[in-house]
Amino acid sequence: MMVRLIRLGEATYRWLDERLGIGVIVKVTLLHRMPKSVNWWYVFGSAVLTAFAIQVITGIFLAFTYIPSPDHAYASLDFISHHQFAGNILRGVHYWGGSAMVLLIFIHMTANFLGGSYKYPRELHWLTGSVLLMLTIVMAFTGQLLRWNQDAYWAVVVGAEQAARTPFIGTWVAQLLNAGPYVNGTTLSHFYAIHIWLVPGALITFIGIHLYLVIYKGVSEWPVPGKPVDPKTYMVEYQRILDEEGEPFFPRGVFNDAIFSMALIVLIFVLAVTFGAAALGPKADPTLPANPLPDWYLIWYFGILALIGVQSSGAAITPFVIILFPAIAFGVLFLFPLANKGERHYARRPWAVATVILAASGFLVLTYFGYAEPWKPLLIYTSNNQILAPSVPAQTTKGLTGDALAGSKLVSGMVCTACHSIDGVGGKRGPELSNVGNTFDQSQLIVRIARGGGGMPAYGNILTPKQITQLVAYLQTLTGK
Amino acid sequence: MSLTSTELVRKLFTREGFMSLFIVSVGGVMGVAVGIPIIGVMLSPLRDQPADVWRRVGKISDFKVGDTTKVIFDYPSSGFSSWSGTTQKTVAWLRRNSSSGQNQFIAYAVYCTHLGCPVNWLPEPKLFLCPCHGSVFNADGTVAGGPAPRALFTYPTKIDGTYVYVQTQAQPLAT
Repeated sequence: MMVRLIRLGEATYRWLDERLGIGVIVKVTLLHRMPKSVNWWYVFGSAVLTAFAIQVITGIFLAFTYIPSPDHAYASLDFISHHQFAGNILRGVHYWGGSAMVLLIFIHMTANFLGGSYKYPRELHWLTGSVLLMLTIVMAFTGQLLRWNQDAYWAVVVGAEQAARTPFIGTWVAQLLNAGPYVNGTTLSHFYAIHIWLVPGALITFIGIHLYLVIYKGVSEWPVPGKPVDPKTYMVEYQRILDEEGEPFFPRGVFNDAIFSMALIVLIFVLAVTFGAAALGPKADPTLPANPLPDWYLIWYFGILALIGVQSSGAAITPFVIILFPAIAFGVLFLFPLANKGERHYARRPWAVATVILAASGFLVLTYFGYAEPWKPLLIYTSNNQILAPSVPAQTTKGLTGDALAGSKLVSGMVCTACHSIDGVGGKRGPELSNVGNTFDQSQLIVRIARGGGGMPAYGNILTPKQITQLVAYLQTLTGK
Repeated sequence: MSLTSTELVRKLFTREGFMSLFIVSVGGVMGVAVGIPIIGVMLSPLRDQPADVWRRVGKISDFKVGDTTKVIFDYPSSGFSSWSGTTQKTVAWLRRNSSSGQNQFIAYAVYCTHLGCPVNWLPEPKLFLCPCHGSVFNADGTVAGGPAPRALFTYPTKIDGTYVYVQTQAQPLAT
């Protein structure tokens, strides 16, 4: 019985191979030789591919229910998230899968950068990979917009403002992004088409080229310090490594990739079941106050613009940073393969290590600031759409009378506490005031309040002289006790 | 193998040369035929811009002198208005400066001039505050603090005997 089954299998394979050429495909993919030094650091590329496959599949099935119309998008997502059977898990897998794809691309890039794998003859691997990175960021950004919540609506507005800083053609670029002079009924469907057709099509094309290159030139061997790349001799040496110490990609290479990808899928599934997808937040409505924030992979950029914005020279350089910073960051990526010779191992490339440390710490620090938002005025949005600053802590008003008591009310009424904190209550934009009664005298306080400066408005033409007296009377009671 | 120009011309007038040229031209014709409508549609948002219209935002007597009030009005109607949902709406902060004259009203755009986030009017300190990066504007729209590079944008306003009107505008872009 068993023997007959095996024979039947062999016969079927021969029949198909004769007509489809499966054998050739198996030979160049599964059986292509790889160096013996291939290890667990080589699994990230296939993991990105797995994440992409998850995105394509879950995306297709989200599109069964999602409606890309500004009138219905939010409601259809609300249905998927809260009413459809398994809908929130499906959306969750798509959400965590997207985050995983962005994160894994950066790990894959970093590993190949530190290992010098982008050097001869694999420069085009790096360049096509850089294109794939940019396309993936476009996917992440457009995906966030499809939620069509307040963050999404204002992300388009902010995106248009940024695009408008492009030299010469800024207005056109901005209006093409808006799909009109302002966000309108066709904006969302434009981003939907970009997210589900245009960019995935480009991604699949470039993934195809990227994978073809991996098979055509082979996987790079693990770098050895003191063994530089010389384009004249590299291919001969690489062929020798494959012939003498190589092995087929199947089974060990495939095994590593499969184990890691499986772990990835399980992790994404667990995250999706445990946490679901990103909260939908309030529906897009330009008539209501909004407090927009991008998703985690763009928070660092949001952070840069905020941090330079709070500098006194910030306004002047902001337009340049908005356009130049991403242009330079991505431009540099495309320049790396110019240094395609020499040492591959990170131990002999201190500048490469420094670049990675600088980029990673820059990303982390800016992300921290992006979420902490020390520049942001702390405001309370009430349910009836009033906007208030926090009230001063009760212990600071105990026993106060007259001017000082009136001043304590002005501190929150005039939104001082939106930027200044007193005993831990208030924003972090401006200096803390808990001890201001000791550090400034009466006349200094009056001048500061009246003239403003350093980002603070001049309150001299907002407050009456009596109100300033009251404010100062209260501030003088703040002595850190 | 490099060809001189004479050799190249001679090669083009052979059977293979003619066919190669023809294949390239066929590709070109196909590209143009499909490309023209695609590029046309993609660029149509720049061409098909609805004319700005005046929108009535309330009675003159609804607004007190010195007050700044949020007014909500519709963008111009267009072929896609029926499914535009909330994106059909836009807002402005309408300030009444005086009790008489054509210029008693001024409408400030909600878009912060830093990056376009919607500024909020705080009536007590009489300031506009941006929720994103903390730009502050005075009641007259001028910059009071923060990263904003210029004063708030304004929209044209007009009045008739009873009503105030604001003109719709493209999203103002700080450049």
